[in-house]
Amino acid sequence: MMSALTPGFAEPVSGAQACFRLVLDAMARPGQVHALGGVAAPAPLCDAAAAVVLTLLDHETPLWLDPEAEAAKAWIAFHTGAPITVDPARSMFALALSQSVMESWHGLPPGTDEAPETSATVILQVVSLTTGTDFVLEGPGMRAPETLTVDGLPPDFAAIWRRNHAQYPRGIDLILCAGNQIAALPRSVAVRKG
Amino acid sequence: MTDRVPVETRRQRWMAILARAPAEGLMTLLNEAGGAPEYTVLRGPEGGLVMVRGRAGGGGAPFNLGEMTVTRCTVRLDSGLVGHAYVAGREPRRAELAALVDALMQDPERAETVEARVIAPLEACQAARRTERAGKAASTRVQFFAMQTMRT
Amino acid sequence: MAYVAVKGGEQAIDAAHAWLAEERRGDTSSPALSVAQIQDQLGRSVDRVMAEGSLYDRQLAALAIKQAQGDLIEAAFLLRAYRTTLPRFAHSKPVETAAMTIERRISAIFKDLPGGQVLGPTYDYTHRLLDFGLLEDEAPPSGALTAEADAAAMPRVPDILGQEGLLEPDLASDREPGDLTREPLSFPAERDVRLQALARGDEGFVLGMGYSTQRGYGSSHPFAGEIRMGEVSVEIEPAELGFAIDIGDLVLTECQMVTRFKGSKTVPPQFTRGYGLVFGFGERKAMAMALVDRAMRAEELGEDVTAPAQDVEFVLYHSDNIEATGFVEHLKLPHYVDFQSELQNVRRMRAEAEA
Repeated sequence: MMSALTPGFAEPVSGAQACFRLVLDAMARPGQVHALGGVAAPAPLCDAAAAVVLTLLDHETPLWLDPEAEAAKAWIAFHTGAPITVDPARSMFALALSQSVMESWHGLPPGTDEAPETSATVILQVVSLTTGTDFVLEGPGMRAPETLTVDGLPPDFAAIWRRNHAQYPRGIDLILCAGNQIAALPRSVAVRKG
Repeated sequence: MTDRVPVETRRQRWMAILARAPAEGLMTLLNEAGGAPEYTVLRGPEGGLVMVRGRAGGGGAPFNLGEMTVTRCTVRLDSGLVGHAYVAGREPRRAELAALVDALMQDPERAETVEARVIAPLEACQAARRTERAGKAASTRVQFFAMQTMRT
Repeated sequence: MAYVAVKGGEQAIDAAHAWLAEERRGDTSSPALSVAQIQDQLGRSVDRVMAEGSLYDRQLAALAIKQAQGDLIEAAFLLRAYRTTLPRFAHSKPVETAAMTIERRISAIFKDLPGGQVLGPTYDYTHRLLDFGLLEDEAPPSGALTAEADAAAMPRVPDILGQEGLLEPDLASDREPGDLTREPLSFPAERDVRLQALARGDEGFVLGMGYSTQRGYGSSHPFAGEIRMGEVSVEIEPAELGFAIDIGDLVLTECQMVTRFKGSKTVPPQFTRGYGLVFGFGERKAMAMALVDRAMRAEELGEDVTAPAQDVEFVLYHSDNIEATGFVEHLKLPHYVDFQSELQNVRRMRAEAEA
């Protein structure tokens, strides 16, 4: 079997641990942008999205994969073992390269009031987390409103997010990735345009 | 093995043999078969678990019996051939060597020698162990002939 | 005040651990026990720890036994804790016990079964007399094990007896089974979850429950249809390969118990079956498991649920020795405040009673 597969984390254990810590921090402090590394991502994924995928997915976490990310499918399947599903309702994670995921967003499981942890987490690759549109975030983990700058979210993102946030404790959690940077929007956060 | 056997079946055979091979023996045999080429580790060797399943009644619906430790590794030779290994237990070196030999067995230039010097001897050794235990089991088989004689 | 207690506790704990290590090692004039020795020479302990720790790894089980000074429940606890640190790569295809490399195989209902009765390395015909020879270093046993290996087929007894239609057949299914290591126990618990719980349950508990069914608590008249022990190979199907591969062998013990069943509105009279399957050589456990599995099928088979072993909730909630240990032993943790309030209650009640 010939293959163009490339390795995952250069240091699998410490790489995944360091990335997990950053995802945890990003979730706990919405709006803060963190930089991570240690992985050479396969096209078309950015390093941050690839690292988050390696860290969070395993063979028990079905993944809905954006058709635009087809080229990275073999790499993801090989390193994580995650079953890749076309049915958003069966997925625990979704990896999206563009805002088009927002259209099928409603198909992802938002969890239940009894088991909110069964909701899906969306890993969304955006253009930038340093330039773009400003969003103002409020909620747990922030003493005062924080501003997050994102290039690559749909123009009506604040309205989409409002519907998600309104379902709390149910709802989707969002991890934004651009280059080697990540930021997170847990469902507990309220978002308005800055 | 002849070419008439599908490659998948042939690969299943050698992977099963490699999964049971001790690291030291594998290394020695590999050196006798021309040694290891240059390669890159794509994944692992890493330890993990496999959930072992049985079937209710032996043939019914599946259930989870319990887990076992497993080590896996994937390597790529400089030629581009990729070898995989999943082996029971917790021996990284054993998994890496098994993956390496799996890759070599896919290389038409090396396969014949590796088959003769590595796979075949391991297979013979494993078969001998099985035969020995089967012999022990056979010697504890109950022979009911005395009772049958009494009845007739 | 509490802070003082915590500090004193820390030093005492360190000292307790140091003493424990010393006690574990024992008299240093005798050689230290190696993990390999435990693995090879205390095989039945290793088997039990693997079964109840729900992790098949002979070396780790031996290490756990050494670390726990031979306390097998503590050792199983160590294995359970260890497994939580590992990723799960896959689940196996259901193991084929029909293809087991037989080391022991007996049937109590079918003398001349194809493949024969193979006793294997059993204690059954020993006289239970202490062998004082083992006090001395043993000479390696020279065996009467001279028979030639043969390739006799060893079909499973249900597959042989099933042909007449008098034995309940297995209903094959590929439904994804429940997993207690992922989803906490909930009721009603299906047979897949019950079998998983029994396979990792405490041998003593399962044995006691199985025994109770024979003594009249849950009417059944079981026969040991077949017990087989030996190696089975484990196959997984990694996505990157797209075909199944064999990753090694496990030693398993399987038991098929057969029980007469008077029939119900939908099912004609026949023999029903209870099933036991455990890691390692665990005949007692597999047999008891099969009895309890059958007993817990009472409701499914339209029988009255009257006995403890038929009560699924009772059996499953109490079969796990690590959970049981945790809850029983938690009583030794400080309950100073709880007890103070109880004390006040009792004093007040006493005062009221005397008034």
